[in-house]
Amino acid sequence: MNLTHILSYSIWTPVFLGGLILLLSSKLSNTQAKWLSLISSIISFLITLPLYSSFDFSFGQFQFQEFFHWIPAFHINYHLGVDGFAIPLILLTSFTTMIVVIASWTSIEDRVAQYMAAFLIMSGLMIGVFSALDAMLYYIFWEAMLIPMFLVIGIWGGPNRIYATIKFFLYTVLGSLLMLVAFIYLYLHTHSFEIVNFYNAGLGLYPQILIFLALFMAFAVKIPMWPLHTWLPDAHVEAPTGGSVVLAAVMLKLGAYSFMRFAMPIAPEAAFYLKDFMVTLSLIAILYIALIAIVQKDMKKLIAYSSISHMGFVTLGLFMFNAIGIEGAYVQMISHGFISAAMFLSVGVLYDRLHTRQIADYGGVIHAMPTFAAFAVFFAMANCGLPGTSGFVGEFMVIMSAMQNNFWIALIAATSLIFGAAYSLWMVKRVFYGEVRNQKIKSLEDISWREFFILSVLAILIILIGVYPKIITDMTNATTVQFLEHIHLMKPVTSLPMDI
Amino acid sequence: MNQFIQSDISLILPEVFVLSMAMIVLMTDLFIKPSSRWIIFALSQLTLLGGAYLTSQHFNHETQFAFSNMFVRDGLADLLKMMSYMGTSLIFFYSRSYMKDRDLYRGEYFSLVLFALLGMMIMISSHNMLLVYMGLELLSLCLYSLTALDRDNQKATESAIKYFVLGALASGLLLYGMSMIYGATSSLDLSVIAASLLNHPMDHAILVLGLVFVVAGLAFKLGAVPFQMWVPDVYEGSPSSIAMLISSVPKLAAFAITLRLLGDGLQSMMVDWKQMMLIMAILSIGIGNITAIAQTNIKRMYAYSTISHIGFILFGLMSGSLNGYASSLFYVVSYMFMTLVSFAVLMMMSSKNFDCQTLEDFKGLNKRNPWYAFLMLITMLSMAGIPPTIGFYAKFMVLQAALDAGFAGFVVYAVLMALVGMFYYMRIVKLMYFDEPKLKNNIEVPIDMQWILSTNALALLVIGLVPHTFMEATTQAVALSFH
Repeated sequence: MNLTHILSYSIWTPVFLGGLILLLSSKLSNTQAKWLSLISSIISFLITLPLYSSFDFSFGQFQFQEFFHWIPAFHINYHLGVDGFAIPLILLTSFTTMIVVIASWTSIEDRVAQYMAAFLIMSGLMIGVFSALDAMLYYIFWEAMLIPMFLVIGIWGGPNRIYATIKFFLYTVLGSLLMLVAFIYLYLHTHSFEIVNFYNAGLGLYPQILIFLALFMAFAVKIPMWPLHTWLPDAHVEAPTGGSVVLAAVMLKLGAYSFMRFAMPIAPEAAFYLKDFMVTLSLIAILYIALIAIVQKDMKKLIAYSSISHMGFVTLGLFMFNAIGIEGAYVQMISHGFISAAMFLSVGVLYDRLHTRQIADYGGVIHAMPTFAAFAVFFAMANCGLPGTSGFVGEFMVIMSAMQNNFWIALIAATSLIFGAAYSLWMVKRVFYGEVRNQKIKSLEDISWREFFILSVLAILIILIGVYPKIITDMTNATTVQFLEHIHLMKPVTSLPMDI
Repeated sequence: MNQFIQSDISLILPEVFVLSMAMIVLMTDLFIKPSSRWIIFALSQLTLLGGAYLTSQHFNHETQFAFSNMFVRDGLADLLKMMSYMGTSLIFFYSRSYMKDRDLYRGEYFSLVLFALLGMMIMISSHNMLLVYMGLELLSLCLYSLTALDRDNQKATESAIKYFVLGALASGLLLYGMSMIYGATSSLDLSVIAASLLNHPMDHAILVLGLVFVVAGLAFKLGAVPFQMWVPDVYEGSPSSIAMLISSVPKLAAFAITLRLLGDGLQSMMVDWKQMMLIMAILSIGIGNITAIAQTNIKRMYAYSTISHIGFILFGLMSGSLNGYASSLFYVVSYMFMTLVSFAVLMMMSSKNFDCQTLEDFKGLNKRNPWYAFLMLITMLSMAGIPPTIGFYAKFMVLQAALDAGFAGFVVYAVLMALVGMFYYMRIVKLMYFDEPKLKNNIEVPIDMQWILSTNALALLVIGLVPHTFMEATTQAVALSFH
């Protein structure tokens, strides 16, 4: 099998198939559109599998590289390639798209073809973000990916969708425009948009700090880190279930991935210098946002805040600058991808039946939907980090790495396990246990085979990573070592000389 | 001597051709019935085609001068002329049914536009201040009368008078500034002025005074803040097809004379004009984008968006490098194609008794006609500068040139203002895609316009995917003209 263009196929197959569905949208019936989208998403997922099976994980460099000159006037190249950091996320992306297509089977009735096409196109563009090795190519995928999401929230979202989608759009673009300025600065410095050349730009500390902050704006909005997170609860609440799933499972990871791909290796000294700043923001996210999550009345909002809190672990792990922290952050990313997707799908299951997301409207669901309640309790447990689930592994590794650095950081981070349990389990208690609230809940039907299938696949994956996280760490190991070597080549600086 | 004249004539052949065709169009109109007006349309399109052919005969040759250095033919001129033909041709296509509905589809319209085009061609090729002025006046007079073409319309007449009074004032300023520069350097020829500024020390005060007047006059024609007052009123008052003309092709010519006067003739005074351009760019980008948010009339919104785009163009010019000039050239050309689509969609949604004027009219366009909503989506994304559209590369090139010239703070400012701009462009997307339609009537579009409009809008996306040739063409044109 010839794998030279595997990345291009992974990116453009879903985009092309999505475009095809969009063009045919007026001619397809809803059922045809759904089946066509399902087949397209399965094909797109299968195409990404050889990336995993043929990748040489003992070798941390970029593989499957593709290169041609795209815009020679500005030395912009179509340069693709993946390392151990990108592969799991690419698989997560194509997998999530498949889940979203299945999950939206009955919940979307209006303009189905357009909806499905938006997710397919978005999936291709996100894979493009993960595999671009040219900063401009990366930037173009990054921005282009916003448009389908903007439309998905705006067209198929809840009552306040327009406010939410415009807020989402403007927040994200604000950050990315500053990133663009940073890229142009680096281009003028290195006469190239190659990311690898950016790594060796040899900048002084002061420019590094400016670049780090510009990139920080772009990525921190996306992750999102406190205090740039306020768009996320709005977007999640208003987005349709599929939109929430992609947003939580993949889009948030783009920010963390980009810290590892750009901000930290390009400006390592600045990353060291601003370490305390980043750690403080992460701890605020972990602790303060978890407290906010407890008082939420809307289930989706609660999960959205819990996502921010969990992503705090990712940034905390990254800025510990040791191997276990980075790998822990990485496991946390993948695990959060599955758990948050499962949580949002569970809310979707309830929402499809009763059309409300308010916790107060539920109670005693377990009597009507025992199978579903079993899944929901399991996912809530995974969300608060029950040992044996993937949620535990990531958080545990990050707390361990924090302990190596500073006892107090680890202590604060660890409290989140308590608060996480508080908000997850309290929600489960109010929704699933207790008295049956009303007649509507009594007449609920349990999950269909389709819902059962999706939820069990996710549950199996969560347990698999929880019991055997080596699957993930094996993929990232070599790259992590190389990443740390690159960063540690630059010595940590303790004081800021103001000359450039 | 005879031979000398002949080579001169061969260089201005496109201008001669357009001039004679404009007169033929004017005359033919007298002898045909209103029902066979398509002949005029065909003749006008033929003029543009012929002009393009004649221009392409010398495409990208080295710089040549004619009529004692008054007239120049170089890469920049040829490129801009080709783009002007293309833009004018699109204007004729897009405005046809709109003008027919309003009983404005007359011979005067075509001949006036062709004379305006001639004015622009002269501006683009002028290498002498007098010729700059002549071209500018020819263009402006045509535009004034085109604005008032619908003469029973009170608003149109009012805006034509406003345009005329302010335009005449600006021409006066420009002429006054030119006379001062002439007084100081005793020449109208741009290369002589450049040489004497470089070689002889002279009274700086009078030159700077002249420069201020010249820049003010140019800024008025471009529509840069603080000389922008006429723009929204003229856009709003004039028929949409005329507003489309005013906002698109003449910007190419205005850009050309700005570049020739400042970048070529007054090159050694760059320190002085850079500051003025910088202030105007900052104000235009800021005021244009912020004021556009408050508009409910779509044409006024377009007007403020034009002002902000002009700000970006000045931003590129202000970098004062070849790189900067090329980026502005790229910007102005891509701006023209974007603005043409945006106005064309506006006209397409209008019908015989209805003029699409307010933002409300865009509501639910996706439900009424998904394809045009999609084309408009591309255009708005391009105007907002979101990749992978051509508008993104335009902004990218300008920012890159400005950052190269060391204006880091202003680049961040421009980027933040571009974000403000995204808000009102995305508001149109919101109206089209997320809201329920207010108007229910079907959108009827002639088949030729459908194809041309689709091609034009898709080109914004396709050139965005493969922008290299286009970038190279602009860089080449500037490099050939300024070495």
